[in-house]
Parts: sequence; C-alpha cells; structure tokens
Amino acid sequence: MEDLVEPFVELVRRAATDLPADVESALRAARDREEPGSAAAGALEAILQNVDLARKRSTPICQDTGVPIFYVYYPQGMSPRALRAQIEQAVAEATRRAYLRPNAVDPLTGRNSGNNLGRGFPSFHFEEWEEEFLRVDLLLKGGGSENVSAQYKLPYGPLKAGRDLEGVRKVVLDAVYQAQGKGCAPGVLGVAVGADRGTGYIHAKEQLFRPLDDTNPVPELAALEQRLLKEANELSIGPMGFGGKTTLLGVKIGTYHRLPACYFVTVAYMCWACRRARMEVRDGEVVYG
Amino acid sequence: MATYELRTPISEEAIRALHVGDTVYLSGLIVTGRDAAHKYMIENFIRADSVPEEEQALYGELKRLLNGGVIYHCGPVVRQREDGRWEFVAAGPTTSIREEPYEADVIAHFGLRGVIGKGGMGPRTLQACQEYGAVYFHAVGGAASLIADSVKEVVAVHKKDEFGVPEAFWVIRVEGFPVVVTMDTHGRSIHEQVEQSSKEALGQLVGLTGI
Repeated sequence: MEDLVEPFVELVRRAATDLPADVESALRAARDREEPGSAAAGALEAILQNVDLARKRSTPICQDTGVPIFYVYYPQGMSPRALRAQIEQAVAEATRRAYLRPNAVDPLTGRNSGNNLGRGFPSFHFEEWEEEFLRVDLLLKGGGSENVSAQYKLPYGPLKAGRDLEGVRKVVLDAVYQAQGKGCAPGVLGVAVGADRGTGYIHAKEQLFRPLDDTNPVPELAALEQRLLKEANELSIGPMGFGGKTTLLGVKIGTYHRLPACYFVTVAYMCWACRRARMEVRDGEVVYG
Repeated sequence: MATYELRTPISEEAIRALHVGDTVYLSGLIVTGRDAAHKYMIENFIRADSVPEEEQALYGELKRLLNGGVIYHCGPVVRQREDGRWEFVAAGPTTSIREEPYEADVIAHFGLRGVIGKGGMGPRTLQACQEYGAVYFHAVGGAASLIADSVKEVVAVHKKDEFGVPEAFWVIRVEGFPVVVTMDTHGRSIHEQVEQSSKEALGQLVGLTGI
C-alpha cells in the first residue's frame, strides 16, 4: 500500500483547524439574526473570530479535539489493517504537532496515553465499496457534545411519545431541551431512527456528514428535519444557552431497520464546531474537501 | 449590563458589584482545574483529616493563587518550546456542571472569587456564590484559539504527569480574557432562567403542561 501517512495528517489538520464553509455560513446567518449587543450576538461574534483565527494559524478551532472518528470507504483489494495502521500513525503525529489534544484516557488508571492511541481509540468504521478510489471521512466529536447526546426508547411515557414520527419529534425536542447550552449550542443533530443500541450512534453520527443545506431525499423526513429545526429554535436556548434565536444549525435524520421489540431514536448532538473533513485518493492523487 | 476590567486577586466588593449579563475582561494569574483537579482538592485538602505531606507544597501554592483568585475549567492544547517553556495553543472552556458536587466547597475553602467555564453550574454553587462572594464567568465555548491569545504566559504546571495535559493545574497569566457573568452574588443565574423558559416552550411544542 502506498504511504498515505502525511496526507492523513493533513486530513486531521483540516478537520481540527478549518471549519467547513456551510457551517461557517450558518453561523454568520445566526449572528446576523440575534439582537445587536446581546450576549448571544457576542458569543457568535467570538465564535466567528475564532474560526477565522484558527484557520489562519492552523490551530485547533476548539481545544477539545474529541475522539477522531474515521469512516473509511475502500476499494476491493485495499487492506483495512494497513489503512488503520497508517491512520493511527498519522493521529499520533498530528497530536505531536498540536493539531489534536491528547485525549485517550485509560478508565482504570486515569492515565492519558499522550498520543491519542488507546483501546478502541481512535474510532474506525470500514466499508468496502464498488468504487475504485479510497475515501476517508473524518469527524472530530468532542466530549461536551458526547455528554449531551441521548438515545430514547419509544414509546416514551413522560412525553406520551409513541412509535411514529410524532414520537420521534417529541423526544428529539426533549434532547435539545436537556442539552441546554452544555453541548456548545447552536449545535447540529444527527438522528438515527431504528437500528440497535450500538449502530444507532454510529448511524446518527454518519448523518453529521451531510451538508447543512442539503435536503433529505425522503419527503416525510425532509419535512420533519425542517420542522424540528424551527421548533428547536423556538425553545430559545440560544448560543451557549445564553438565550437567543438560534439553538440549532441543522437536523439530519436517517432511518434504519429495527427489531420488532425495539424502537430507538438516537440523537448525536454535535456542537457548533461541526468539524468534518474528507479525503479521496484516486490514481495516486490526493484530493481534500 | 455593564463592562468591567478586573485583575486577580479580586476583592469581595468588586465581585459583589457584578450582575448577570455583565461583560468582564479578566487579567492576572489564574489556574486551570477540571475533573481530576477537583477530585484531588476535595480528597487531599478539603475533606481530608490532614493534608498528606507530599501534597503540602502544592497546597500552599494553591492557597496563595486561589485566595481572591479564579479557577478556569479548561483542558488546553499546549505546545512545549525548545527552551522547555509551555505555550497555550487552544484554550476554550469545558462544561462546568461536572464540578457541581465540588465547587461550593472549593469556593468556601480557598476564598475563590470566580469560576470560569461553560454551560453554568447548579444551585449549590449559586448558593456558595451568594454566601462567600463569587461569580460564574461564562467563556465562549470553542473560542479556543481566540482565548489562547489572551494567555500571555504559562507560569507553571502541576500534576501534568499524574493527570495528563488536559487535566493538570496550569498556572497562567492572562490579559483581557473576555467572559460574561451568568451567575452572580445576588442569587441570579441565566442558566436557571433559560432552563425554565425553554421548559415551558417544550411543554407547548409537545402538547403537555407540567412536564
């Protein structure tokens, strides 16, 4: 396999320091909507200044660079083991260059591994596909947003939420309410309806790769995404939970086959710093974006 | 809503003059401390019968820094220079609510005047703010590179090997670190207010009252 370690380091650098254009655009629009002089407007202004500074300096947008989650789509014949080894090497190097904070802590000893490598750390999802090129999608998911993510079982009694899209709507709104500003609002939601306890979160986080301004190809889900975005903003939690007009930047929903006994709604809450980056390798040429 | 410039050590009078919504630019020495640091302070200093001998030097140092001082809930990204000195590369706040079981005791024990973090804290901390004269300063979550700019010098680091870089006590000198007061000495908390109003809004949106 060709040596892709440096390109993988560059992928990490981009994810950590260069906020995607659609997210930055949504933040600007949010800033323009807030009352001038309000704490909400001040927070968004600081956020936008920071995004600019981080990009210019190649420093992390947020100090919590999170757990790097790699979704690797590889052509037939490429080895996931070899890919994993190179990506791990790149993650350790990116940590050394201060693109990433050392974030892998042993729960038994409390010791930080120092280089972002550990049991199950970073996170990998490999899928062989029909294409002839390699695609690697990276999501940096921070701890604050992980802590306010949630998985509901329908029916959910406290909200009288049944096993239908109306039930989904209620529990997703509840998740946003529970999060308040603690996930660094205004956040982005990736939602998986169905699946199991484990794959629910994997698929919910996959939804976070969708561009904010895309439209769900399933009409009922597109309608629900728009309705949830509008209603979440009506909670008026605002940036950082200061109170304000923008509480979420987007809601992205996918459905996945489920067991008859189970109906999970998994909400992966992503902070405003929705740090995603993509790399493709075609005929030896590396392309980002 | 007023704007203030404060330098550590901060007097009780200056802190009691603040109200939620005020903007403050903080300068002087502050100390980072999060999950491991709070557990350590509680176990070795605050709820201990006696301070273990090997922790006494750090105890003395923390008493000096935190009296009239400020704790910052932060796990920074740092870089070490060739001369061995450290610099802060990215330094936004972490979510403070995890320290709610401990913070009131830290405020009482050390004479802390301010806690910087994100997402606010709970009723025990709010009560300690009122009783002892301290406020919660909310920094902008994720404005890590911007905030790192206000860190002019890393003066010292304690417990880096035991706790790791994100959890260590970093003693830093800041100039013009921008924060918003969201919990004050008058029993007011923006977080309580927003939680209440968003709860009512949720009730309307899901067709339930009294949830």
